Amino acid sequence: MLKITNLHASVGEKEILKGISLTVNAGEVHAIMGPNGSGKSTLAQVIAGHPGYEVTSGSIEYDGQDLLELEAEERAQAGVFLAFQYPIEIPGVTNAYFLRAAYNEIRKAHNQPELDPIEFLDVMEEKLTVVEMDASMMQRSVNAGFSGGEKKRNEILQMAVLEPKLAVLDETDSGLDIDALRIVAEGVNKLKRPDNATIVVTHYQRLLNYIVPDHVHVLAGGRIIKSGGKELALELEAKGYDWLLEPVTA
Amino acid sequence: MTPTATYSDQFAALAAPAGAPAWLPALRQQAFERFTTLGFPTTRNEDWHFTSVAPIAERPFKAIKPAATTLTASDLAPWILDPSWHRLVFVNGRFEPGLSQFSELPADVEVATLSDALRESPEWLSAHLGKLAAFDAAAFTALNTAFMQDGVMIHVPKGETVELPLQILCLADAQAQGAAFHPRLLVVAEAQSQISLIETFAAIGGAEYLVNAVAEVTVADGARVDHYKVQQESTDAYHVSAVQVTQGRDSIYHSFSFAAGAALSRANIYTKLLGTGSEARLNGLYVLDGTQHADHQTFVEHIAEACASRELYKGILDGSSHGVFNGKVYVDPEAQKTDGKQTNKALLLSEQARVDTKPQLEIFADDVKCTHGATVGRLDELPLFYLKSRGIGAETAKALLTYAFAAEVLETIENDPLRLALERTVFERFTHASFE
Repeated sequence: MLKITNLHASVGEKEILKGISLTVNAGEVHAIMGPNGSGKSTLAQVIAGHPGYEVTSGSIEYDGQDLLELEAEERAQAGVFLAFQYPIEIPGVTNAYFLRAAYNEIRKAHNQPELDPIEFLDVMEEKLTVVEMDASMMQRSVNAGFSGGEKKRNEILQMAVLEPKLAVLDETDSGLDIDALRIVAEGVNKLKRPDNATIVVTHYQRLLNYIVPDHVHVLAGGRIIKSGGKELALELEAKGYDWLLEPVTA
Repeated sequence: MTPTATYSDQFAALAAPAGAPAWLPALRQQAFERFTTLGFPTTRNEDWHFTSVAPIAERPFKAIKPAATTLTASDLAPWILDPSWHRLVFVNGRFEPGLSQFSELPADVEVATLSDALRESPEWLSAHLGKLAAFDAAAFTALNTAFMQDGVMIHVPKGETVELPLQILCLADAQAQGAAFHPRLLVVAEAQSQISLIETFAAIGGAEYLVNAVAEVTVADGARVDHYKVQQESTDAYHVSAVQVTQGRDSIYHSFSFAAGAALSRANIYTKLLGTGSEARLNGLYVLDGTQHADHQTFVEHIAEACASRELYKGILDGSSHGVFNGKVYVDPEAQKTDGKQTNKALLLSEQARVDTKPQLEIFADDVKCTHGATVGRLDELPLFYLKSRGIGAETAKALLTYAFAAEVLETIENDPLRLALERTVFERFTHASFE
């Protein structure tokens, strides 16, 4: 589904990703871990098409297409979803309007009929239960005045509505208390299907107690320095990152 | 002919309304003499630095005697915010009783047109008219005072709350071509009274005319006046307005100015906080395109102690439009514990659009909290990326964020039908989609 080959990306003059290669197949969950500043979030944002990063070399192939050729909205229409580490507040635009606009844009891209507000209500009702959100949240402005936990649940709600093929969760666990973490993780698990894939970017292992990865990659200094199975996450939890970093700095 | 000479001939020919009291011609004469002395302001005048009124001065706008309108109630529907409200309708400056309704007002609340009030309550009028809107340094106010033909006088007695809002609709149509209108509004809200007013200026068709409006608003102790203005004049028209407010102890004055029409508009909104504990909120939104020019000047005079003023003005500018915001705050040495906040934000949608903004704070008391902030910019990349990352195309994303920018200030409108109408107007203008 996703094939990243020798990806280099920069912000301004500063190179952040220094040759990432990663293959993700349908049905898989990959965890990308690593210390702060390792490039984890950059990788997530580059996949989604953030305009602040320049890909200087390498390629990303998604579903047989050159992902880097697509605009951010085209990637979303093709099934790529990024759950933001810091979801953006949009005062004045209701969650209901925003979600329906996004839902309909994606339907339009697939030549499916758009839903009117009444029809969309039915879709929403079902999806709200995935993240245990109250319908009243739909009438509030997008993320405006939401607590940290509400913002992250709202990201997963969007994921539930848009049903992406490839979901990238960028530090979705950061700032969550244990209840919110459980709700978010269960939401992600409910959305898992054999034909979609998830990349979980996280600093800590605790989210992986709930979302069990098939593969774990450790990113440091803009490169993947180690890959393994879910047991690697537990090892990192016990030993920290330093034992892996030493060979890089040596 | 010099600009003021255009008006000299008209002034000489001006007849006092039938039955008008003797003081009126004297007031008009005094005002007209002041206007000829002052002349139209130029950009050398600090208060008019960013706004040239040469296009107004150069055009020989004339008072007209319009025929009774053939418009019907259904023609007014786009501007009637709620058919149950009290309303006074003027078409081309002429009061239209058949389109108006204000007989359901509480019996002791007096609402009359200026021409009726001149006949029926000249003494009350002489005690209030022209008392707040000084014209010694204000040419447009002098011109209005010299030529005022009609308008609305409102007297809310002590303790009375007018439950339903009162809408004043001033419409211009093709008959308005070349005309000058000088509408006048006088509001006296006695102690502990409340009233909500909506002034709507709009046009059917694209005539070129001048509206030069003056409003005087007295908000007595403990009274509250909500004063909304919706300016959707023809984009070939010129609109100048001055609002002068005085506020008593613990009074509240909320103003909202929406400006989307006119080739050139200028709105002065001045309030004097004379009574301790009074509050003024002056908010506004202007939405411009093409070569439109809109200038707002606010002036809050904190004279008494422990008063609060809040200002939030936003502008959205496209094409080669030009916006001006000049927010003046004066804090008297006696006005300790003043709490003032002023914010002004403009969003530029094109390379050619321009905004000039100038906060002016003059603070002579030491125990005060006064802040001001101004930003001028384009849409932020990050919210755009957020919307795009959800599949929303770049154009739609920009439109939604432009609407969201406006919505932040529209949300402060406490009158729901008006808020919804303006949200709809702005939403549909930018998204070209229907508003739900």
